[in-house]
Amino acid sequence: MEENYKLSHLKELEAESIHIIREVAAEFENPVMLYSIGKDSSVMVRLAEKAFYPGKVPFPLMHIDSKWKFREMIEFRDKYAEEYGWNLIVESNMEAFNAGVGPFTHGSKVHTDLMKTQALLHALDKYKFDAAFGGARRDEEKSRAKERIFSFRDRFHQWDPKNQRPELWDIYNAKIHKGESIRVFPLSNWTELDIWQYIRLEHIPIVPLYFAKERPVVNIDGNLIMADDHRLPEEYRDRIEIKKVRFRTLGCWPLTGAVESEADTIEKIVEEMMTTTKSERTTRVIDFDQDASMEQKKREGYF
Amino acid sequence: MENKLNIKEYLDKDEQKDLLRLLTAGSVDDGKSTLIGRLLFDSKKLYEDQLAALERDSKRMGNAGDHIDYALLCDGLKAEREQGITIDVAYRYFSTNNRKFIIADTPGHEQYTRNMITGGSTANLAIILVDARLGIITQTCRHTFLVSLLGIKHVVLAVNKMDLVDFSEERFNEIVAAYMKFVQPLGIPDVTCIPLSALDGDNVVEKSERTPWYKGISLLELLETVSIGNDHNLTDFRFPVQYVLRPNLDFRGFCGKIASGVVRKGDEVMALPSGKKSRIKSIVTYEGELDYAYPPQAVTLTLEDEIDVSRGEMLVHTGNAPVIDRNFEAMLVWMDEEAMDVDKSFFIKHTTHTGRIRIDGIKYKVDVNTMEHLSVENGRLKQEELPLQLNQIARVTLTAAQPFFFDAYQKNKACGSFILIDPITHNTSAVGMIIDRVEAKDMACVMEIPTLNLTAMGIGEEHYRAIEKVVKELGRQGIAVKLER
Repeated sequence: MEENYKLSHLKELEAESIHIIREVAAEFENPVMLYSIGKDSSVMVRLAEKAFYPGKVPFPLMHIDSKWKFREMIEFRDKYAEEYGWNLIVESNMEAFNAGVGPFTHGSKVHTDLMKTQALLHALDKYKFDAAFGGARRDEEKSRAKERIFSFRDRFHQWDPKNQRPELWDIYNAKIHKGESIRVFPLSNWTELDIWQYIRLEHIPIVPLYFAKERPVVNIDGNLIMADDHRLPEEYRDRIEIKKVRFRTLGCWPLTGAVESEADTIEKIVEEMMTTTKSERTTRVIDFDQDASMEQKKREGYF
Repeated sequence: MENKLNIKEYLDKDEQKDLLRLLTAGSVDDGKSTLIGRLLFDSKKLYEDQLAALERDSKRMGNAGDHIDYALLCDGLKAEREQGITIDVAYRYFSTNNRKFIIADTPGHEQYTRNMITGGSTANLAIILVDARLGIITQTCRHTFLVSLLGIKHVVLAVNKMDLVDFSEERFNEIVAAYMKFVQPLGIPDVTCIPLSALDGDNVVEKSERTPWYKGISLLELLETVSIGNDHNLTDFRFPVQYVLRPNLDFRGFCGKIASGVVRKGDEVMALPSGKKSRIKSIVTYEGELDYAYPPQAVTLTLEDEIDVSRGEMLVHTGNAPVIDRNFEAMLVWMDEEAMDVDKSFFIKHTTHTGRIRIDGIKYKVDVNTMEHLSVENGRLKQEELPLQLNQIARVTLTAAQPFFFDAYQKNKACGSFILIDPITHNTSAVGMIIDRVEAKDMACVMEIPTLNLTAMGIGEEHYRAIEKVVKELGRQGIAVKLER
C-alpha cells in the first residue's frame, strides 16, 4: 500500500480536538464536560471517548437542565449516558424553577440568566470544577470567533475579551489560581457543516428532533415553536398546526424555532446545509434579545 | 434513488478535502476586512440573514459608500465597532470545492503585534495586504518579518486598491520589485504577488479583465492549489507523551500527538530522558490499530517492554534524538503588559513538558520595522533598556532548571516552540522559537543543579526509594535535584 501523509480536514480537526481534550485531562485536577445534548455536544462526547480509548473518559458529563428542554432531549441524554457508561451530572436552578421562572412568564433574557447562566455558575462552584469543556464553535457567532480555545475565567466566571491570554501553536496555558477556571472549546475550529459531515461519517447518535418529521408547532413571533408540552400558554393552543419540520439547533423549546424541511436522513440534512441561505442562529431567540447579546452573556459567564 | 446515491458520492468526496490555515495581515485602511468579506461572499459562505444585517449596517455606519461594507462583518465585538478597529484575532471559516480554509484575521496596528503572532502561529500561508497607492510601507516590512519569524512558508503580497491607480502595470511592478528586494534575505521559500481590488472583486476569485498584463492566477485559485503537503517535518520522529492510559493491568498506552516524523509498528524507539529502548507494539486508535502514524495525528502508542514514561517525556527513534540541554538560544516575543523581569524564574511550557527557566542574557533586540539589531555592544541600547517590553522581540539565552529535549524551530516547529508563563500572574508572558543549544561556558551564569549525596548525609538505604520518588516528582514540576550515593 502506498503511504500518504495527508489528513482530510475532518481528520485534522479530530486530531486537534483530541489533543485539546487530553491536554485538559492531564493538566487539570477536576475537569467536567458540559453537555447540552445537541449535535455539537454529541460530537464532543464522541471525541472524548476516542481520546481515551480503550480506557474510560476520566471526567464526568454535566448537563445544566433549564427544565424547559425538549422531552426527546432528556430521553436521549439518559439513554446515551447509560449505554456509553458516562458519569452524568444533572443540575438545575430549582429555586428559580419552583418560583415559576420560565420564558413565557419572564422573557428569554431573565429565563436564560437564571435557568442557564446562574444554574451553571452554581454547579461549577458546587463541584469546584477547574476546567469545563464546552461545545461552542467559532463560526457560530461574532464574539465566539474571537475567543481562545483555553478561555480564562476569573473567580466570578467572567470572560474579559480584551484581556485574553495569547494562544500559540498547540501549547495551552493551563495555569490558574484557586477559584479561577478555564473554559475549553475543543470544537473551536469546526463549522456547522463539519459537524454534520462528521456525524454522518462516524454514525454518531443524535436527538431525533434534528430530522424532519410531522410535528405540532405554533407560530410565535415568526418562530415555529414546538407544541407538545402542557406548559404552552393557553392563548397559543388553538393555533397549533402540524408541519414537517426539523430543528437546526436545540435549546429550550420555547426559545428554539423549527424550520420547515424535508430532510429526514443525515445525507439530506448535509445537503440542506450546503444549500441553505440562513445561518443556524436565526432560530435562536436569545441571540436577538439585546444588542451584542452573546458577547454580553459570555462576559457574565454564559457557556 | 439515483439522486440519493449522488449525494452520498458527493459527500464522500467533500469529506476528503484538506485544510489550509491562513493569516491575513494589514491595516484597516488596506481593505483587509473587505478582502475577507469578499472571499466569504464569493464562496457563498455568507447567509441571507447575515447579508441583510450587513446591508442594514452598511447604510447606517459603513465606510464604503454605496458598496456593502464587509468590514462590519469581521469587526465583531461591540468595542471595536465603536472604535472602527479590530482588536483581537478573529477566526473565519469558508470552503470551496477543493479545500476548507481557516482565516486568522489580525489587526495591523503596532500595539497589537502580539495578536498577529498569535494568529500566525498555526498558519500555512500569510496574505500581506498593501495599498497600491502607498506601496511597501514600514508596516508591510514588520508583518513580513513576523511571518518569517514564525516560519510561515507561503506568503502572498496582495497589492490592493489597484482600481485607485488605474490598474497600472508599472505601479504594480514597482511595488513587487521593492518587496522582493526586502523579502529576499528573509528566506521565505514561496512568495507570490497579486494585483487586486477587494472592493470590486478584481483577481480575488476570478481573473480580472482590467489587469490583462497580469499573467498569474487569482487569489482564491492560489489558495486552492498551493501545496502544503510537506509543511510538516516527516523526518525526525518526536512523540511528546501527553497522557498515560492504564485502563487495566494488560494495557499501558502513551497518548499524544505525533509532533513530527513517521512512526511504524515495530520501530525501535527510545524514551527520553531515561534513554531506555523498546519497540512499538501497536498504534492504537478508536477506529482500530494503524500500521504507521504521522503528524498531526493523535494516537496511543504501546511498547513491547514495560518502561516507565510519563507526561512531559518523549519517545523518539533510536539514532535520531533531539538536542538535550539546559541552555539554549531563542527568539523571544514579549506578550505581557508587564515588562520582563530578568530575575524571575518563569514556567516554560514546551511540547507537553512544563519546567522552570531563567533568562540568562539578552543578545540583541530586533527593530521590527527595519530588522536592525539593537544591543549594548553596538551602542544602540543602554543596559537598562534591555528587558523586553510588550511587543518587543529579542534574541535571548535561557537556562532551564533541568535538561529538556528540543529541535531548532526552523527545522521542527512543534519541538522548537515554547511559551513562558509568569509564576505569579500566570499570564502567557512570552513566546519563543528555539535557535540552538548554547555551550555552558558561553552562559553568563550557570545555575548548578543541587546535589544530594545520600551516603554522605548518612541516610539509610530503606529511605532511598521514597527520596527517589520525591525527586522525580520535583522533576516533573520543573525542579531538578541530582541524587548521588
